[in-house]
Amino acid sequence: MDFTNLDRRGLLRGIGFAGGTAAFAAWMPAWAQPVSQGLAAPLPTVSGTDITLRIAHHTVVIDGRRSAAIGVNGTVPAPLIRLREGQMVRLNVINDLDKDSSIHWHGLLVPPQMDGVPGVSFPGIKPRSSYLYEFPIRQNGTYWYHSHSGFQEQLGHYGPIVIDPAGTDPVQFDREHVIVLSDHSPISPEAIFRRMKVDAGHFNYQRQTLAGLLAGRDQRLKDRLDWGAMRMDPTDISDTTGAAYTYLVNGHGPKDNWTALFSPGQRVRLRFVNASAMTTFNVRIPGLRFTIVQADGQNVMPVEIDEFQIGVAETYDAIVTPTEDKAFTLVGEAIDRSGMARATLAPRAGMTAPVPPLRPRPIATMKDMGMDMSGMQGMEGMDMSAGMGSTRGVDPTAEQNASGKLATGVAAAVASQTGMAGMDHSNMQGMPGDSGTKQGMDHSAMGHGAMAGDQSMTGMDMGSMNMRDFSKAPQVKRGPGVQTISPMPMDRTGDPGQGLEDVGHKVLVYKDLMALDRNPDVRAPSRSIDIHLTGNMERFMWSFDGEKMSDVHEPIPFIEGERVRVNLINDTMMGHPIHIHGHFFELVTGHGDHAPRKHTVIVQPGGKVTWDFTADAVGDWAFHCHLLYHMEAGMMRIVSVRPKGEAQ
Amino acid sequence: MIRLASALAASASLLVNQPALAQDHSQHQGMSMPGMQMPTPPKPSAKKPVAKKPGVKKQLRRQGMPTPALKPSPQAPTKPDEAMEGMDHSSMPGMDMAPPASATQSSQSMPNMDMQDHSQHGATPQAAHAGMEMTGTALPAGDAPAPPPPSDHYADRLFPKAEMDRARAKSMREQGGRTVYQVMFNLAEYQARAGRDGYRWDGEAFVGGDINRFWLKSEGEGAFGDRLESAEVQALYSRAIGPYFDLQAGVRQDFGQGPNRTYATVGFEGLAPYLFEVEGALFLSNKGDLLGRLEGYYDQRITQRLVLQPRVELNLSAQDVPENRLGSGLTNAELGLRLRYEITRQFAPYIGVSYDAKTGRTADFARADGEDPTTTSFVAGVRLWF
Repeated sequence: MDFTNLDRRGLLRGIGFAGGTAAFAAWMPAWAQPVSQGLAAPLPTVSGTDITLRIAHHTVVIDGRRSAAIGVNGTVPAPLIRLREGQMVRLNVINDLDKDSSIHWHGLLVPPQMDGVPGVSFPGIKPRSSYLYEFPIRQNGTYWYHSHSGFQEQLGHYGPIVIDPAGTDPVQFDREHVIVLSDHSPISPEAIFRRMKVDAGHFNYQRQTLAGLLAGRDQRLKDRLDWGAMRMDPTDISDTTGAAYTYLVNGHGPKDNWTALFSPGQRVRLRFVNASAMTTFNVRIPGLRFTIVQADGQNVMPVEIDEFQIGVAETYDAIVTPTEDKAFTLVGEAIDRSGMARATLAPRAGMTAPVPPLRPRPIATMKDMGMDMSGMQGMEGMDMSAGMGSTRGVDPTAEQNASGKLATGVAAAVASQTGMAGMDHSNMQGMPGDSGTKQGMDHSAMGHGAMAGDQSMTGMDMGSMNMRDFSKAPQVKRGPGVQTISPMPMDRTGDPGQGLEDVGHKVLVYKDLMALDRNPDVRAPSRSIDIHLTGNMERFMWSFDGEKMSDVHEPIPFIEGERVRVNLINDTMMGHPIHIHGHFFELVTGHGDHAPRKHTVIVQPGGKVTWDFTADAVGDWAFHCHLLYHMEAGMMRIVSVRPKGEAQ
Repeated sequence: MIRLASALAASASLLVNQPALAQDHSQHQGMSMPGMQMPTPPKPSAKKPVAKKPGVKKQLRRQGMPTPALKPSPQAPTKPDEAMEGMDHSSMPGMDMAPPASATQSSQSMPNMDMQDHSQHGATPQAAHAGMEMTGTALPAGDAPAPPPPSDHYADRLFPKAEMDRARAKSMREQGGRTVYQVMFNLAEYQARAGRDGYRWDGEAFVGGDINRFWLKSEGEGAFGDRLESAEVQALYSRAIGPYFDLQAGVRQDFGQGPNRTYATVGFEGLAPYLFEVEGALFLSNKGDLLGRLEGYYDQRITQRLVLQPRVELNLSAQDVPENRLGSGLTNAELGLRLRYEITRQFAPYIGVSYDAKTGRTADFARADGEDPTTTSFVAGVRLWF
């Protein structure tokens, strides 16, 4: 193995790779090259105190096709920034674009003027100028950075950050790989945004059709009529889909097949970052189990799972221990199953493993509209109606992007229209007895026939239920931007996420996460506030409490040191990854003083998430949905933290 | 002061609430609460009621009992489920509750409890880690008032205000205030029919934000080799008045045969239940004539790209307008059925059939002019937008 320091800071190690792929090498940071040896194990010394980052236009080649992008230091994704807890870092960011730019250090606790949000934390970086970010590194873990200006993030302006702990890392591993998931489109982000604005469901090519109805797929007629009466589309899972996107691993398309190397028996640490603009991924490696050891850069009690959903801007660190001398496929399936990101874990370069087919796309249920079906006696089965669409099979005309054609061999043969694809009963033996398991089991059982006839229940109460009852959310401003109010929003942190209810193996749920260390602040919150996530899918309007960023500029106020409980209530039929700048919050999921600490959390459709946080960073901070086009449609607010007494 | 009073009241409510909460818990099967005794809560310092709470809790722990949810103040949260929240999330995992018990718990014992929360009590093995301690996120939230929002921008202290103002204005404009536009022809077609073949268009364009938009609408038809039969252009201000509907007002100018009238227009456009695209308008001409129109279509997806669009347009008149050959009542009905293939969402060729019937007195005018009041056309065209 010829390890070569490619980076002047000596942070990265990579290997030149021969053959046709050599051409790509120049455009990729070492860790993102077509074949990755893995990052160096934590280095004893880090010299990264002065780092220069240059933002500029760039061309990428993805699955053989060129397209325009914005890169940093000539690469997409931007270079990995590897730091050590306790150090100071000076990052000189040069903007070579012809428009303003910025960098936000996602998840890093920095002074407000270093947070990188134009108009909130600083004026932005003008064209042909630079900004010096300088701050101490107060934490460790996996993070990332990205532009907070316009649509630049969609164009490739994102990269990972890894911070090694000051002391011993409680996570033991032999080799590590950074895995940056993202979405890339040949269509300009301005055009993507406008098309969604003027044409609801523009990128959805997996809708319900007459052909599907006649073929007995998806919803039955009555349900279709019920949903039509509400002017809602249950197949509206993602706004921007595989019809527009190629899904990337470290900047490589599914055909490029980025490959991470391992030696059998090694504990391999995979540092996942979802740097997408719009895509929630369901991540799995058929044949391997993940041990989740970190979420959003914070260590968690190890939890063993088969698959996890990662929202935009979340990070997860997972350990895999492949013992066999064979290749494994890493699948990052878009939540709407319109395409996948694909990579390979292999002992040697050039090896591949079968690629599983894309699973049937999910269909939204009443639960996704904020109906508490579990409250109804004898209705337990109804919670699982989410899987019903897929048990009847998906519309025969549904389209997926090119990655769907990668399915090979045995995996492809197993694929069927029954919705049971990818179900592996053998995996069920090892499942720990937690809440997620029970659901998985029930579903698999029901998938074999017990469900027949229950479908009609999904339509129950639809006519009589007022889906826009503002008395349920008095603080929400009534207006065209609010299509629905969840009548009975439920805590869905025990749910595995849309389309993962019936996959037949253990899927991570938020309630599985427990902080490894005791939370730093275990006081009771002195107050609680509700924030409603609101939107109109027809008009592509998105907001908090019915008001867009452009409507108001009154911040959400906090007093320095105050501990507050925040209830995020999703009044829309779409999941939203909500991110607060400058702070971590502790999810209220039943783990007391070992609550998982996060910077971004998915609020499932029609659901709610509660978190506590300590407003300990004085300044103004951005608070927004991390779906880029939702934020750009107005789903953002300012959070202000001021010393007590000052804010009178 | 108020704070002092509420702190004292809080300690008093502790005594009151304690038994009640304990009672709630005791209804859970399989729950062990040994050494149950009422602790005397320490008198909280008047200055820092919040910071004092952990101290209270610690005291309780020392006495060997699990700490039920403490109420921070006598003003119980107004919503019952909020009041229970602390318990939902906290008291259970640490309390040695037998897993099967939680499954059988029903809303009877805890009426306000969210059913969903029960699932978490079912023996997540890790939950035991939390032990008997009730702290952190397990604690219920108080009801302290929210501070007033600050009147300044923090970044203005660190950067020139003018620069920040510029960046803020840009950010506001971008995040929710973008201008969008669309130009669409729902119909742009060739009509093959008895006699001279004709053409027909129906298009609209808009520019604006989410709420306020400027619209142009145009429709018309004619026969090849003949004069334009009828055509109109509308310029409208449009305002979103609900999640699905826009209210529109402006002017309409007619072209084509007969006197070309100008109208004041008010109408609506939007998405009706069952996903019908509908629009309607009233037109008041400069001669005082009142006309009306209702239009609707439905896109039935046969496949992801093959779409059948039934379409109806009804024109009405409140009076006879002989110079325009219109009779009062329903003047004409246009029924269309078009099958398009979306090569892209923005470009979709179609074929179809269109039936146009003049009715009532308008039909009489047509017959008097020697025209057939009904026309059936086979059509081919393109639906496109950009």
